Amino acid sequence: MNWILDPFLSNTFMVRALIAGALVSVTCGVVGTYIVLRGLAFIGDALAHGVLPGVAIAILLGIPGIVGAAVSAAVMIGGIGLITRKSNLSSDTAIGLLFVSMLALGVIIVSRSSSFSGDLVRILFGEILGISGQSILLQAIATVVIIITAIICERPFLLLCISPEQAQVSGFSSRLFHYIMLAMIALAVVISFQTVGTMLVFGMLLAPAGAAAMLAKRIRSMMLISSLIGIVSVFVGLLVSYYFNFSAGPSIVLVASVVFFLVLIGKNVQTSLRLRAEAQKHG
Amino acid sequence: MAEPTTSPVITASALSIGYKGETVVSDLEFVLEKRQSLALIGTNGSGKSTLLKTLVGLIPPIAGSLTIFGEVPQQAARRTAYLSQFHSTAFILPLRVFDVVSMGRYAARGLTGRLNGEDHDIVSDSMRRMDIGNLRDKPLRSLSGGQQQRVYIAQALARQADLLILDEPTAGLDAGAREIYQQMLRDELCRGASIVIATHDIQEAMDCTYTMLLARKVIAFGRGEKVITPELLLATFGITITTGKKAGIAVVEREHGHDHPCQ
Repeated sequence: MNWILDPFLSNTFMVRALIAGALVSVTCGVVGTYIVLRGLAFIGDALAHGVLPGVAIAILLGIPGIVGAAVSAAVMIGGIGLITRKSNLSSDTAIGLLFVSMLALGVIIVSRSSSFSGDLVRILFGEILGISGQSILLQAIATVVIIITAIICERPFLLLCISPEQAQVSGFSSRLFHYIMLAMIALAVVISFQTVGTMLVFGMLLAPAGAAAMLAKRIRSMMLISSLIGIVSVFVGLLVSYYFNFSAGPSIVLVASVVFFLVLIGKNVQTSLRLRAEAQKHG
Repeated sequence: MAEPTTSPVITASALSIGYKGETVVSDLEFVLEKRQSLALIGTNGSGKSTLLKTLVGLIPPIAGSLTIFGEVPQQAARRTAYLSQFHSTAFILPLRVFDVVSMGRYAARGLTGRLNGEDHDIVSDSMRRMDIGNLRDKPLRSLSGGQQQRVYIAQALARQADLLILDEPTAGLDAGAREIYQQMLRDELCRGASIVIATHDIQEAMDCTYTMLLARKVIAFGRGEKVITPELLLATFGITITTGKKAGIAVVEREHGHDHPCQ
């Protein structure tokens, strides 16, 4: 079993990566649950990619990329709300418009600077093996904030999953809690992009939660299972990265995706066996 | 002996309803008292759901006045239960039946108030009344459409509201479930609640105190036996609907609506 533990026992950067990845897993497990249940994948995707111009501008200005990412996310959420309110267009259209606009702006900024090639890879795919103690601390704080928000807002969030109208008539402002949920998604994206990158944070939001949705019978257990799948994916992904010299972020997300497909196949096999057993029982 | 008249539950006067300035139905005039029920009948897009959403405060009136228990609809929300027509992600939600029905108590307990033993008793009783007590620990997504509809009706019951607003509540219900549902309506009226239902079931409308025929305008409003006639149904639906028993709608033979179904 030494080959499993040795990489972590003998390398501090691997331990840091594991801690950072575990925090991302918990964050994405909680937030991803609501993304999957409310069908918010498109806005999650758009936020994950739309933070690019903010990060690029922040790097140009010499300020932390996380600040630029937060500003980008806020602009996107505000813009989506504004377009939806001021037009008869669906939120999908508003999300799509801002998604491509922000991505295009980000690519233009990046393409104008020759010093960006290394940074771009870092932005897109993260740098979990080089994560700093300060970044881990920030991630831990964000994880606590997200968990506390999820606990306090559990009732309106559950009602939003059933129908925004039910939330409204139960005395909870559906618009307010929808935006709180979007802010949670934005925080998860902003805080996680340093670890797994903007391209891959979306995978960590969807794959573990998607697998957990097929396994869980309660929403809290879905969050727990999703977080555990994420943590296992981080652990296995880091080992794969260590031994095969693969890029760490993509390895983690690929493992999470493999887990999703294994669960999907397993559930389908289970259903087929159950239906066959019932058919035999009835004749 | 009839009970003394109480203040109206719903008062609509010169009411126009619709979305973002686009009027769907105008000049609505009606009053609904305690223990009375109103059925809204009309084609798809006739304004039934729009009126229900206006009654629960989801959309504001375009013109005229509307009061629920003497207040604007939003302020009366805590005394109102609403069963909407669509529930978006029931096929994937990892929730037990008990959890979904318990959501009916959230309005009473707010954001963080703990659900206590009384709440759990109310939830259990609501499930019993809709005959889904045996489904208590079943995942919602494992249920049929009709069973899910009974769960959502039980959730509305758990609100213990003074006014029930139900949008096509019998959609997907089989004959047995409809009977259970009808009994629940009678019990709610006896308890003192008032009910407004959007329905395509003419028989169900006949069981209500009043019926309103809608076709983006009010075709008729009044007692079922006066309103549900072949002529007015033709004006509402644009097709001839016979009312004989052969057509399965045995309606015009009935003499009275039901002011006091518990008597």
